[in-house]
Parts: sequence; C-alpha cells; structure tokens
Amino acid sequence: MSQNTILAMRSITKEFPGVKALDSVSLEVRTGEIHALVGENGAGKSTLMKVLSGVYPTGTYHGDIEIDNRHQQFHSIKESEQAGVAIIYQELALVKQMTICENIFLGSEIATSGIIHWDRALKATKKILEEVGLDLDPLTRIINLGVGHQQLVEIAKALSKKAKILILDEPTAALTIEETELLMAIIRKLKERGVSCIYISHRLNEVFALADRITVLRDGKTICTRETKELTQKQLIAHMVGRELNQLFPKGHRTPGEVVMHIDHWSVFDEESGDIALRDISLEIRKGEVLGIAGLVGAGRSELLLSLFGVWGKRISGEIRLQGKRLSIKNPHDAIKAGISLVTEDRKRFGLILGMDVEKNITLASLEKIAYNNVIINQNEEVKASRHYVSELAIKTPSIEQLAGNLSGGNQQKVVLSKWLMTEPKVLILDEPTRGIDIGAKSEIYTIINSLVEKGVCVVLVSSELPEILGMCDRVVVMHEGRISGELATTDATQEKIMHLATGS
Amino acid sequence: MQTVEQSGRLHLLRAIILDSIRKNLKQYTMLAALLSIWIIFSFTTEGIFLKPRNLSNLFLQTATIATLAIGMTLIIVTGHINLGVGSVAGFLGAMAAIMQVSWGFSTPLTIGITLILGALIGAWEGFWVSYQRIPAFIVTLAGMLAFRGATIGVTGGKTIGPMQDSFKSLSQSYLPSIFKIPHFNDTSFLFIIVAIFLLVLVDFKKRKTRLKYGFTVLPMEMQILKVLLLSVVIGLTGFIMITHRGIPIAVLIVLSLTVIITFVAENTVFGRHLYAIGGNRDAAKLSGINIELKTLLVFVLMGVITAVAGIIFLARQGAADTSAGNLFELDAIAAAVIGGTSLSGGVGTIPGAIIGALVMESLNNGMSLMNMEITYQYIIKGLILLLAVWMDFLTRKKNES
Repeated sequence: MSQNTILAMRSITKEFPGVKALDSVSLEVRTGEIHALVGENGAGKSTLMKVLSGVYPTGTYHGDIEIDNRHQQFHSIKESEQAGVAIIYQELALVKQMTICENIFLGSEIATSGIIHWDRALKATKKILEEVGLDLDPLTRIINLGVGHQQLVEIAKALSKKAKILILDEPTAALTIEETELLMAIIRKLKERGVSCIYISHRLNEVFALADRITVLRDGKTICTRETKELTQKQLIAHMVGRELNQLFPKGHRTPGEVVMHIDHWSVFDEESGDIALRDISLEIRKGEVLGIAGLVGAGRSELLLSLFGVWGKRISGEIRLQGKRLSIKNPHDAIKAGISLVTEDRKRFGLILGMDVEKNITLASLEKIAYNNVIINQNEEVKASRHYVSELAIKTPSIEQLAGNLSGGNQQKVVLSKWLMTEPKVLILDEPTRGIDIGAKSEIYTIINSLVEKGVCVVLVSSELPEILGMCDRVVVMHEGRISGELATTDATQEKIMHLATGS
Repeated sequence: MQTVEQSGRLHLLRAIILDSIRKNLKQYTMLAALLSIWIIFSFTTEGIFLKPRNLSNLFLQTATIATLAIGMTLIIVTGHINLGVGSVAGFLGAMAAIMQVSWGFSTPLTIGITLILGALIGAWEGFWVSYQRIPAFIVTLAGMLAFRGATIGVTGGKTIGPMQDSFKSLSQSYLPSIFKIPHFNDTSFLFIIVAIFLLVLVDFKKRKTRLKYGFTVLPMEMQILKVLLLSVVIGLTGFIMITHRGIPIAVLIVLSLTVIITFVAENTVFGRHLYAIGGNRDAAKLSGINIELKTLLVFVLMGVITAVAGIIFLARQGAADTSAGNLFELDAIAAAVIGGTSLSGGVGTIPGAIIGALVMESLNNGMSLMNMEITYQYIIKGLILLLAVWMDFLTRKKNES
C-alpha cells in the first residue's frame, strides 16, 4: 500500500441467499481524493458501501478492509465511524422534527453524566456549519430546510465525527442545479483539507466534473479503476453495461398488432412536494408486443405507473384510452375493472399480504369472479382457481394454505403474478418483476410473459436491468427526470444508447 | 396385513392431528388455558365452579363481553382499535331505558331504535377514521369520553328503570319449557339435537362438494370422529344448561351472532377485505379494495354490535345507570387478544374471541366465588392479559423466522 492510500478494500465477497452480491471486489481510495463508484442498479455499489460502513458487520462477508494501513474489522456502524468512515444515504437519515444542532450531535452528545451542554453544542454546530458554507441558525428544525440544505447538514454531521472518508450515495438525486453546484463546491473544499470522498452517482456529468478516479462495478465485480482523464463518457458507459446478452431471454418473433392503449399528454404533480413529477408523457401500447420503459432510479417510472393506476399524484392532466374508450381511473378498482393490472415493485410492501396464505393472495383482486352476487365467496371455486395458477405458474409451495411470507422470493413473485393474471387483464404492467430473484425464477417469469403476449395481452415492462429490457421488449421508451427522453426499437437499441437517453447526456 | 393397514391409519391420524394442532396452535392453547382455569377453580371452590348452576350463570355473564369481543375482533383485524365501546354501550343502554321508561316505547321499537343509534354512532366514528384519517385510537378515545359524558347528561345522573319484563327477558329468561319436567328443559334439549343434526348435515354436504371438485377429504372414519367429537362438546355444554333452567336467551343471541359474524369473516368478500386491509394496507389498496368504505362499514357493524351488547347488559341489570359499560372496552380488547387476534392486524377469529371472553369472565366468576379481594382480581387479570400478548409476540416471531 502506498503512503497516500487511505482506504483499501480487497477481495470483498458478500453473499445473500441465492445471490452473490459482491464477488471479490477491490477498491482503493487515496487521501484527499474524490473517487467515483459507478455501475448499473444492482451492480453492488450500495452493498459494498454497507460493508465499508459496518452495516454488514465483519464475519458476514469475506475479504479485508484497511484504513490508514491498519486492518479493520467493524462490528457496527459506530466502529466504522470511529475509524473515520461516514456514509450519507440516499434517504436522508436526519430526525426531521429535531433542530440542526440536535441532529448533528445525535448519538454523540456533548454531555457530562447524561446532561447535555447545549451552549457548547450550539457553538460547535455553528463552527461546523460554517465549514460546509451554511449560514444557518443551529436551532432551525430540519423539516424547515430544503433537501439540498439537509444534505449539507448530513455532511456537517459527518465532519463533526472527524470523518476521513465520506461516502455520498446519489447525493444529487433530489437536488436542484444550484444546490448540486453548492454541494460540489463543498466536496472540493473538503478535498483540499484532505478528506477523501467516495462519490456514487448515475449522473455521469457530475462524475466527470468531480472525480479524480473512477471505479466501475458490474454484476458484483470490479471491472476497472481509471484516472478520470483517461476515460471518455462513451468508454465509461461501455464498461458499465459491457456484458453480452445470453440465452436468458427466449423471445420469439413477434408481430405487433393494433394499438390497444393510448396515453396522451399525461402530466402529474407530486403529491407531497407539489412539484411537477411527470411532464407530457404520451405512449402507445400495442397488442402482441412488450413495451419496455427504461430509466434511472428517480426518473419517474414507478410514479407514471402508479398515477395510471389511480394511486399517486395530484392535478393529473391528460387522458388514457383503452380500445378507443376514454377511461377515468380514480382508484385501482377502476383500473382493474377496465382491464389494466399493475404488478408493483417491492412485492413484500405492495404486492403480498405476507400473513395470508397463497390461496387468498391469489384471489384477492378477483373475488368478484368467485363470489355469489359479489358477496359470499365460493370457497371451492377459490381453491380450484388458486390451484390452477399454482400449477400453471409452477409455484413451489407445500400447499395453497402456506403463508405467502414463507415462500422464496421467486415464488412470492409468481403468487403476485397469479393474482394479477386472475383478473384477466388486457394490459399487464410489470414494475421490476425480477428484482431480487434468482436466475432460474427469472427465466420462468420471462417465459410466462412471452406466453401472455402470445395470448394477446399487452405487456409493459419497467426494468432497471438493461439486458432484460433489450432481451424482452420490442420497443423501449426511456425516461429521464419525469419526461420521455427517447424511444427506440429494440432492433437498433443498445445499452449505450439507452444509457445516453437515461442520463440525459 | 391387517396390522400394516392399522399402523398406516394410525400414521395418518397422527399426521392429521399434528397438522391441525400446528395450524390452530393459538386456538388450542387458549382452549387448553380455559380448561385449566376451570379445573383450577373447581378445586379452589370445592366444586361449586363446575356446577351447572354456576356454569349457566357464567355463560350468561359472558354474553355482554363476548358480544363486544366479536365486533372488536373485526376492528382489530382491520388494523384499528375501539376504545369507546364501553361508553357507547352504556350510552345506548341509557337511551333504551329512557325510550321505554320515560317515553313508553314498546320493547321491539326500543330495540330497533337502539340498533339504529348504534349504527349511526359507528358511522360517525368510522367517518373520522376512514375519510379523515384520524387514528382510531384517538377517535374512539374521544368517543369514550364524550359518550360517558352524554350518558350522565341524558340520565341526569340517576338510575333509570325498571325496564318492562319483555325487555328484561332478553337476559333473564331461558328457552321456555313445554312439559315442565324438573331439571330438564325440553325445548333446549330439542334445540341442541337440531344444532348437532345441522352440524352433521353441513359437514357432510361440504365433504360431498369437495369430492365433486376432486379435492382431498378426510378419510370417512376421521370425518365421523371429528363430527362425533364436536357433537360431544356441544352436547356436554348443552347438557349443563338443559339440566339447569335451559338455554338463556342472551346466550342464544351471542351464539347466533358468533355464527353470522364467523360466516361474514370467513365466507364473504367483505370479511376477506377486512383481513387484507389489516394484513397489508398498501397491497389491499393496490388490489382494488375500497379501504375507506370498508373501514367505515366495519365501524358501523361495530356500532350495531355495541348496541346489542348495551341491550343485553341493560336487560340483565333491569335499569340503566351512569356507570354501565365502564371499562368494557378493555375486557373486549383483552378477550379478542387472548383469543389470538393480533394487534398488528390481519389475524384473528371470532370463535377465538369467544374463548377469550370466556377466559376473562371465568376469572371474574371464579375469583368472586373464592371471595378473593378485588385488588388481586385486577392484578391477576392484568397479568393474564400480558401473558397472552407475550405469547402472541412469541408465535409471531417464530412465524417470521
């Protein structure tokens, strides 16, 4: 290890049940360096940072971590903080109802026998805030700050802990241009003071403007570490997406039919912030094809789907037509009745009732099909219907009375899929349907999608995995910051082209 | 040859019993707990506790709390809570008393209006919970205070009574006997026989349709054994009441309510939606369930059930006073929770709640028979509740891992 190397992570391997999230990854950061960590969603960036910050304690992974030439074994976040590592998460970890001062010293209060010295804390807060260029009253509550200032308070908090290595995970995702510039200026200032920074971002412009060196991760492996000067954006994207498409995708030849669903000039405002979230989105969905929607986290893909389904957004304008008929969808029930089904991402939160059995989960959205007068459930029909889907989708479960929470991820996803297939949709929308499930189950789900398309169902596939988009879809719409930034036929789409559209570069 | 077949049968029997125990662990534990409590009390009271007279009385005492626990179970299953049912039951009882005593309304009219009032109060609370998104804890806490005040207001702080005999008969009379044989109530006997007959009929009809659909069914002997066991339990319980004075009307009301609401919970779309909402609100919403409406409806149902409880309690007391219904909500919540209802929502059964109510009332009854000081009565009831919730926590943790 050379003298000016502050952090060395060597051969880090981290496995989750069924998935190797990190496969012998190495990362070296120099003192006073801004080091960018890039890669697709799921490449392993966040996992690597969780290993570094002690979220995954020593023993749950293989490999070495050295800081300042000393071997480190973190059992908790506290220990990594003591070694000088501070992580600033995508979701801010501040207590919104507390003041800046209270937040900065949360967990490390200046106190004797449990009694806090507020005067000393306030003074120290003032000084730290000045260091990050914030002229704020330390008694301001976090809730009254914009997201950008909150981000800076997070950094101030990290500095108060004498951080030597600062990890920023997508720090600018929610920031305006001015806030982003302020943040970048402060990171440069910290660099001059010898603080090292690991900068994770999808926004390649920022990476090129800021980073001294770049490490690319892909599929849980280190692809390369380069000086920023030696790379072009094009080369970087090639490194990020570089893999060959394999035979995972059994797509046959398809001939797209007539347009079944139109979405015209769809604009939606954010429910909470009131800002515009989706701008003037128009889409056509055809029979017999899979339409892909690609984009980075935060591009507005899930928001688009949820707003179409009647559960998100306000001041919605634009129209949806299904088979020529104009729809007014106020809630999921309207959507389901019209023939639109949405397989949401995050099956545990939005898809399943984990404490209910497989049978009841499958029939939940179509009880009217098996109930007399929509009141009394015909339990025999219910068993029959759920058994039908369990065998058709090859759901591995000891019985239909097994609780959904006890199944593996892939089988849980198949239960969710069954629930929506039972509604017999004309348009089936899938949001990240293969996230977090193993290759075998993935390929089964692709086969199911293909057979649905053959039966004439229109499928919309939202995915962050570009190979999946390219392998499964006939057309790809790319979203960037709430707009459609381009549309490509898969025949001439490449991962590079999609990445360019998705990063807005 | 024969022994092989026999051991195969035994294996099957064991597998079925083990499976059933595993699936209904909570219910079986609670049933076992109830029986142990009864056995303990039969010793500490020198056998008085298990006499038909006392048990019949116990069932009658349980009626009010059991009724409330039925509604409370649905509320908790949906992911809410209702702290106001005691006050509301007291208020509705007071209103019924005023209707009959001051205004001279007939018993059916009084009951009808009381039920409607219950529904309206439920709708009012449900509106705040579902459409205004105020936590049920707060809405019903407000109701608990407000209706306690309203009760004092409408009664003027006085006891209002007496109720007409036809009203009191709801909680004070039994199925009338025709032939007046001593220690034997013939109509009750007939009722039990019919109940057992219906049970057998329904069970075998279910078996037949299951066979028609090609589903697996229990082997015939097992099916007969199961029905036989159930019949013995019903018969024994019935026997206690037949040899005392017959089946109390209040017990009949609770029984019918149990059957109806169990059916609603298990066999209707509405019931299924309640479990889904309590199990995972977001997933339920995305599955097209109208969460607001169903929440409103479950509170309306709770209101009607509270009115029934208020009527049963008033009929038992014979007159309304300002303290009626005090702390009933806590007994009802305790009964639901002891009966296996999970406070985090999505899990719970009506028969479980009835068992829970019996546990609570058996403690009351037994400890009173023992002349135990009220101090210890409260402490013991509190500890039992804590134990029940702890068990709920443990089983849930086991399920998650």
